Amino acid sequence: MSEFLDMKGYGIYVWPAYALTLGALWLNVWIARRQLRAARAEARRRLAMLEQNP
Amino acid sequence: MSWTWFHRFGSPPYFYRFAGRWAPWFLGISIVLLLIGLYGGLVTAPVDYFQSEVYRIIYVHVPSSHLALLSYTWMALAAAIGLIWRIKVCHAIAAACAPAGASFTALSLVTGMIWGQPTWGTWWTWDPRLISQLFVLFFFLGYMALRGSIEDRDRADRASAVLAIVGVVNIPIVKYSVIWWNSLHQPATLIREGGPGMPIEMLWPLLVMLAAFTFYFLAIMLMRARVEVLRRERSGTWLREELARTA
Repeated sequence: MSEFLDMKGYGIYVWPAYALTLGALWLNVWIARRQLRAARAEARRRLAMLEQNP
Repeated sequence: MSWTWFHRFGSPPYFYRFAGRWAPWFLGISIVLLLIGLYGGLVTAPVDYFQSEVYRIIYVHVPSSHLALLSYTWMALAAAIGLIWRIKVCHAIAAACAPAGASFTALSLVTGMIWGQPTWGTWWTWDPRLISQLFVLFFFLGYMALRGSIEDRDRADRASAVLAIVGVVNIPIVKYSVIWWNSLHQPATLIREGGPGMPIEMLWPLLVMLAAFTFYFLAIMLMRARVEVLRRERSGTWLREELARTA
């Protein structure tokens, strides 16, 4: 296992590259979902305002 | 050829529902492919004779670079269609590509730097491939800055579309930079004369990762485009129905 993590001494390069990639993949999904929730809430507010003063 | 499908996609409610239906599937497919690709790239692929274990960075570096160019091309295409035929959904799609595209261009540069340090002996060099890819990042950031600086959404759509189309000139330069100039960057591995320059055990994880990233891009693009469609919608009964349904 430690041999696998060491990657013949290249682990210090390989693992950060993979970690950053997975981090970026996760972050993009997280931001997109949060923005979708925010946009839905904002659209609801807009529709409620239109109903009050058409 | 019938163009009705094209017009259907131009309608915000149709597109919003279509994107909502397909984005989770694309994301799910990409996660499955990603797990298979990671296993193949990290575990089953053999050690490289010249580069030892560090070559495994290829399985994240090449897909992120591919995604950077794919998302830029897609953004420019959507922007051009939006500009020419005045289709709002297309502008929404173009705007949706930029943040993901910028993050993957940055990732492509950073993973390249991490690969460059042990193999070239330097984090960065002013090489044609690296410079042209850096310009992709600048075009993405410029596109987002321009959108952010214009209050009126229609004007922001049009102005940023022009910028996106201008920047597409850079994409073939990135692609062919390793052929046109004497570059430190290694030439294309996959699409080249005489077939891919890799044995199959090394090749399949890369192809799986490329497919995973492509599905991932489709998912993120659709999710973000839904946000953009919502922001553009002023009223509309479909929106009322849709929001009531997903309360």
